[in-house]
Amino acid sequence: MRANCWMGTQRVEVRDVPDPQILNERDCIVKITSTAICGSDLHLYNGFMPTMEKGDILGHEFMGEVVECGRAVKNLKVGDRVVVPFTISCGVCNACRAEAFSCCENSNPIPQVSEAVVGHPLCGFFGYSRLTGGFAGGQAEYARVPYADVGPLKIENGFTDEQVLFLSDILPTGYMAAEMCDIQPGDFVAVWGAGPVGLFAMASAKLLGAERVVAIDRFDYRLQRAVARAGATDVINYEQLDGTTVVDALKELTGGRGPDKCIDAVGMEAHAPGLAYAYDRTKQALKLEIDRPIAVREAIMACRSGGTVSIIGVYGGMVDKFPLGSLMNRAITIKTGQTHVPRYMKPLLGRIERGEIDPTMVISHILPLADAPKGYDMFVNKMDGCEKVVLKA
Amino acid sequence: MAAQRSDGERLAKALGWFSIGLGVAQLAAPRRMNRLIGVDPDGKSTATMRAIGVREIAAGVGLLSQPRPTQWAWGRVAGDAMDLVLVGDALNSDDNDRPRAATTLALLFGITALDVYCAQRLTNTRRAPMTTAVDAERQEGIRVRKSVTVNRPADEVYAFWRNLENLPRFMKNLESVQVTGGGRSHWRAKAPAGTSVEWDAEITDDRPNALIAWRSVEGAEVPNAGVVRFLQAPGGRGTEIHVDLRYDPPAGKLGALVAKLFGDEPGQQVDGDLRRFKQVLEVGEVLYSDASIASGLRPAHPPEGQAPQLYDREEAILAERSADTAATTSNRDRASSTPPGEPRPSSAMPRL
Repeated sequence: MRANCWMGTQRVEVRDVPDPQILNERDCIVKITSTAICGSDLHLYNGFMPTMEKGDILGHEFMGEVVECGRAVKNLKVGDRVVVPFTISCGVCNACRAEAFSCCENSNPIPQVSEAVVGHPLCGFFGYSRLTGGFAGGQAEYARVPYADVGPLKIENGFTDEQVLFLSDILPTGYMAAEMCDIQPGDFVAVWGAGPVGLFAMASAKLLGAERVVAIDRFDYRLQRAVARAGATDVINYEQLDGTTVVDALKELTGGRGPDKCIDAVGMEAHAPGLAYAYDRTKQALKLEIDRPIAVREAIMACRSGGTVSIIGVYGGMVDKFPLGSLMNRAITIKTGQTHVPRYMKPLLGRIERGEIDPTMVISHILPLADAPKGYDMFVNKMDGCEKVVLKA
Repeated sequence: MAAQRSDGERLAKALGWFSIGLGVAQLAAPRRMNRLIGVDPDGKSTATMRAIGVREIAAGVGLLSQPRPTQWAWGRVAGDAMDLVLVGDALNSDDNDRPRAATTLALLFGITALDVYCAQRLTNTRRAPMTTAVDAERQEGIRVRKSVTVNRPADEVYAFWRNLENLPRFMKNLESVQVTGGGRSHWRAKAPAGTSVEWDAEITDDRPNALIAWRSVEGAEVPNAGVVRFLQAPGGRGTEIHVDLRYDPPAGKLGALVAKLFGDEPGQQVDGDLRRFKQVLEVGEVLYSDASIASGLRPAHPPEGQAPQLYDREEAILAERSADTAATTSNRDRASSTPPGEPRPSSAMPRL
């Protein structure tokens, strides 16, 4: 089959690889119809995520048709149309029982790698380095889906792929970011990053009752989309602030209080004008820190005392200059986590069906799988108004 | 631990101080040392003498700083071999003082014999029969303590482990365990290059649903002993399994084999084994990924050719478990456990 493989920093290639096979009895094989490039794939593309190997198949947002089932999979049959969560969850460990699916204790077959980096093994993910188990990803014609009786959501009504594909990751991720904020009537919510996850976080914050939502980014086309499609009421372009900071701009917008709830939808490759960026970028290049925690620093400093900072942007390791004093002394709650995708898929499908949210709003490009390298290039360089690239296998 | 030093250890310390003394002299006065042993002090010999001095000091520090410096003692033997060649070579040159060099060579043979004796003593005294890990605090060898929590009741977890023939199902390098009767069993483990290592073990303590202790019987190539405890996890979270084991890695070729057997870092293998044990009991099989299907680094894409039927050996467990479950459903909290393969109840879904 053809699959998009990581071949080194800023190099992906669509190559011929063997077809996937059933390896465990709860596996199924899915013939992929649609898949997507995630913002977190760019961390792999840019070489910031350790433990990648040349030839790794990328991709963790995909859907398609079941073509083969392991003998223990009873809830799916050949021909079913499914959306596959990026998290691989066994469904029976203590974490899965508590619906903390992204904390699954059994789905990472090479746990020692992430245990060494982050203290405990991470959950298994598709196409996301050895830290998350070394599974082949879904930017391919076929994928093997382990624990297929737990994660995949069967799609039975006449939705298009584009309507339901993002249930695999970014829609639940944006939604969970807003849900973690425990939004109260009148809340002012600030969202760092107007990429696809940021847009879904903004739309979800509005759905959950936020009064005002401010989008923070450096690309005007994205900020315009945030207002036009995701319900943002205010925008801040941090590269066009005249001698002021994001924190000051947010205080200005909130009568000095600061946002009640702050969402970091940026993660490890944040940008900022000035010295902070140069400092973190240098340390990151020298491998003295894995992440550039600029957005989360700003979120903590800006958040009102007693407020909540929700971190959904992806981080990989250690950071410097973390404002712990601000966090502690001002009673700020941090909530975070990889998304417990299966917990959100069915309810969010209901919201799509009722027209409460339209996931297609984030799509900017639809390309054939063969053009995956072009898609990565456009996405990383923000060319041609790129927001979200869907690939058709 | 240091209360009683063996002959080998005492000799190792003496040789350590000797190494350092010699090394300092070689570094400080290489020309004089060369003259002393009968080598022409001109030319490259000064640099060689200094290099050997550095080696001697390193060996000395190694011998003195390690409680059981077996490897350093064998290192000295290797150094001796090198010196014998160098001095033997020196005998062939007219520039050198041949009688002196011959005396040096004789002395070197004596030191080599002493080093070989020391290294052998250090290697062999490790082979003492072991008691169980519980009362083995003073014993030599490598100790490994690891634990895992399994979301199954203690009786089931204990019963699975107590049937020792189940152990190869999650212990990666174990080929087979055969129960031979009278609390004894015969163990066989995979070793590099298609070989295997075997030993007999006996159960020394057995408390149902609480503890199993064992030790290898005398004469085992790799003496080992251990205890596994089963504790109820708080709040109905299943069973904690605490493994505490000791093994005596021999030196040399067999040592490398044992290192492979237990993982590069002591305990790494046990850690992996316990995680597989958890998977077998909770899920029913061990999960494989594209990167984990074979050892070594390989890209995360599907394997070439027909994939091995990896789950076949877990099939027996599933069959055993369903029979077992049917027989004991009454004394288990089945309400809180959805067996693998069954869809989660829809009521578990939150309403948004």
